Amino acid sequence: MTLIKTTYNRRSFFRTTALAGGGMMLGFSWLASCRPTPEQVKNMPKEWFNINAFLKIGDNGVVTIMSPNPEIGQNVKTAMPMIVAEELDVNWDDVVVEQAGLDTEKFTRQLAGGSQSIRQGWQSLRMAGATARAMLLAAAAQRLQVPVEELSTDAGVIKHEKSGQTLKYGEVASAAASVEVPEEVALKDPKDFKIIGTSRKNVDGPKIVRGEPLFGLDIYREGMLVAMIEHPPAFGMKLKSVDATEAKAMPGIKDVITIKSYPDGVERQWSDVNAFPELVAVVGNSTWEVMKAKKALKVEWEAAETLESSEDHEAELTRLLQQKPAKPARRDGNPEAAFRRAAQVIERTYSAPFLAHNPMEPMNFFAHVTPEKAELVGPVQTPEFLRKTVAAVLGMDEGQVSIMLTRMGGGFGRRLYGHFGVEAARISQQMQAPVKLVYTREDDMTQGTYRPAYKVMYRAALDGQGKLIGWHVRGAGVHGSPLFHNRFPAGAVDNYLVENHSLNSNISTGAWRAPRSNFIAFAEQSFLDEVAKAAGKDPIDFRLALFHRAIQNPVGKENDYDAKRYAGVLQLVRDKSGWGKEMPGVHRGVSAYFCHNSYVAQVVDVAMKDNQPTIQKVWCAVDCGIVVNPGSALNQIEGGIVDGIGHAMYSGLSFKAGKPDQSNFNTYRLIRHKEAPPEIETFFVDNGIDPTGLGEPSLPPIAAAVANAMAQATGERLYHQPFMVKTLTLEREIRSI
Amino acid sequence: MAIFQLVVNGKKQQVDVAPDTPLLWVLRDHLQLPGTKYGCGIAQCGACTVHLDGTAVRACSLPVSNVGDKKVTTIEGLSKNGDHPLQQAWIEHDVPQCGYCQAGQIMNAAALLNKNSKPTDEEIAEAMNGNICRCGTYLRIKAAIKTAASKLG
Repeated sequence: MTLIKTTYNRRSFFRTTALAGGGMMLGFSWLASCRPTPEQVKNMPKEWFNINAFLKIGDNGVVTIMSPNPEIGQNVKTAMPMIVAEELDVNWDDVVVEQAGLDTEKFTRQLAGGSQSIRQGWQSLRMAGATARAMLLAAAAQRLQVPVEELSTDAGVIKHEKSGQTLKYGEVASAAASVEVPEEVALKDPKDFKIIGTSRKNVDGPKIVRGEPLFGLDIYREGMLVAMIEHPPAFGMKLKSVDATEAKAMPGIKDVITIKSYPDGVERQWSDVNAFPELVAVVGNSTWEVMKAKKALKVEWEAAETLESSEDHEAELTRLLQQKPAKPARRDGNPEAAFRRAAQVIERTYSAPFLAHNPMEPMNFFAHVTPEKAELVGPVQTPEFLRKTVAAVLGMDEGQVSIMLTRMGGGFGRRLYGHFGVEAARISQQMQAPVKLVYTREDDMTQGTYRPAYKVMYRAALDGQGKLIGWHVRGAGVHGSPLFHNRFPAGAVDNYLVENHSLNSNISTGAWRAPRSNFIAFAEQSFLDEVAKAAGKDPIDFRLALFHRAIQNPVGKENDYDAKRYAGVLQLVRDKSGWGKEMPGVHRGVSAYFCHNSYVAQVVDVAMKDNQPTIQKVWCAVDCGIVVNPGSALNQIEGGIVDGIGHAMYSGLSFKAGKPDQSNFNTYRLIRHKEAPPEIETFFVDNGIDPTGLGEPSLPPIAAAVANAMAQATGERLYHQPFMVKTLTLEREIRSI
Repeated sequence: MAIFQLVVNGKKQQVDVAPDTPLLWVLRDHLQLPGTKYGCGIAQCGACTVHLDGTAVRACSLPVSNVGDKKVTTIEGLSKNGDHPLQQAWIEHDVPQCGYCQAGQIMNAAALLNKNSKPTDEEIAEAMNGNICRCGTYLRIKAAIKTAASKLG
């Protein structure tokens, strides 16, 4: 085994304990090595670097790894322990993975979001495994009375080659608990990895396919009540009065109450986004009884603010795009002069609607609040923040609030905003009973933290030779512009201008899988396709020339992408897909994007079928560094592609006088089996670089690859999402442009 | 309220609920069988799919009073040891991401294979079109159904 040395101020990150029944327990910091952004630091709890994960080695050799990160389908519950097991050098079959609850003493950094789990955990997870291994080796050396250097490990067995003696990990685990944590530890050379880079199945797979209760909605406690909420029907409205006489008299109903989730004086954190802090709650014995009583409520609402409609947003965003903001986000060279001397100027506008997250498991949470403590159980991506808010709202110390995590039936960003946990706690407090709060699908969809509506205008200046000499983009969106001014093509164009506008709104918005990127990649990569065409260049060659420029002689110093890796995925997808080859009846589109520290390029093949453009195949090249669990990584990539196609083609949320027009899956279209591409082929760049994000990066570029292929097939460019409008009779038609 | 006699997963059960209570909530709230999921409540997503005498139905939109003497099968009762060829294929292909919709997907696929043991890709897509997977695991679902079909055949 080739070992590399790493120095680290390590002792503060580890804590060892002898297990009562024999064996050792090593506590460690799951994310000690993370290098957060200043924005993250602001929102980060003080205990971030504390001991927050555990590795147990029983005297029977079974290794238990407690995974503190919430599982929302990104499969970190499998991948992160794989990293520990790799450095520990054990058989994966001997590893048991457990989901840990939010423990005020032990677990601190527990957040799923930003595709950061693996990236940030990589170093510390490796070191945890390597540290435990070093301690086991030290204990074995003592037992066998041999120098530790003469020992090696393989699959949970320590070997002394000279004497032929062997010891299993379990045999020295108890002794290892009293070994001093080493100051330095050696990590494996990635080429010696045995677990990382091999496909390991989802540790919860068997439970999922048997329908075992894993999710928040599956929580059941003896004596538990079921609660549902009624929120204002429109953004900008609030509660006026409630007549619950009829509802209260219905069978199984305990009470109808009003709650204030965020009372005056309670400071809201970033995760407390919520448009409806005052709600009516119906509480009863069973879900159906409560659902029926909820329908019998007579509630009066009143407008407290402007009631916004989609037409208003559209008009406002259009108006903003016509205005020059006081200050550009970035300006290189002299864009105005470049556009004046251009041989050709291309200008296009792109837009997309609000989107709901729509995880298949609607929002829910269990809470049991007594005067002494609050016990919460449920699906949330930000348990630490929820605990802090719940403590403030209930007037308790954080130590009195416990949060247990369940598996999450999807999140896509929705479960970053834990108001439903706060609501459950308030209802339980008022009812003085254990309560499970359940949102109906309609409640879930009409009180979202939506992906905002966006609109951007792109302008490109080409000289007589078809060279891109000027780039100007002006972006506007609800609660912020979708643009990233230091991303490509920043650095690749001499004269470059990015301008942002933000539209205020009382509609609550938040992070939605690959925030901002999920829209802007579509606009930018669709536009580049048209610019390449206007320049008379192949769309891949045109992009590669820009990357070449950014590699050779970048404009500015603030470009936050690696042009070589960007070009690398584009070249890979070009070669693998046989781009440029004549394929009768097949129309192709390309797109590439960088986000969450990873690079993705895609080619989409479209054919005309029954006079409709139909996706035949998606080719995808990914550079996310080392791929920890390839089988599961492919699943994430494919899921992101299907998700991206679905939302670009079919989905959208619109408003009339503050009220969402869509409230369930009969009106809000999600992609279905028949619309998924029949084939996706993915290629990973093998470069040995530390792993980066995987849960999000395959989504942003796909919409443009589809739009560019559709344009080849039909001659019509797609500028506005969703591309397809499917009516209730399931007749499909291309949205008029 | 009324008394209903049901046969669920081969076991006789008795519940005292309102006649309009959907089978979904009888299973989840009264019989402690939470494997059948709530997704939309209007038969649009398929998360609540169960079998009535081997045919797939959406339990969220089926009042318990309409079940009659038909035998109800849920994901918990699809196979004795959780080893139905579809359940095995689901693990073999490592299908689930979040996993929430998968019980409904498996139940719908099982009903498809009951009727058509060798479905084509088009028949699979058609039969499964009422089951939404928000994580987008459709390709793996299709592959798993084909694997299971080949083992059944």
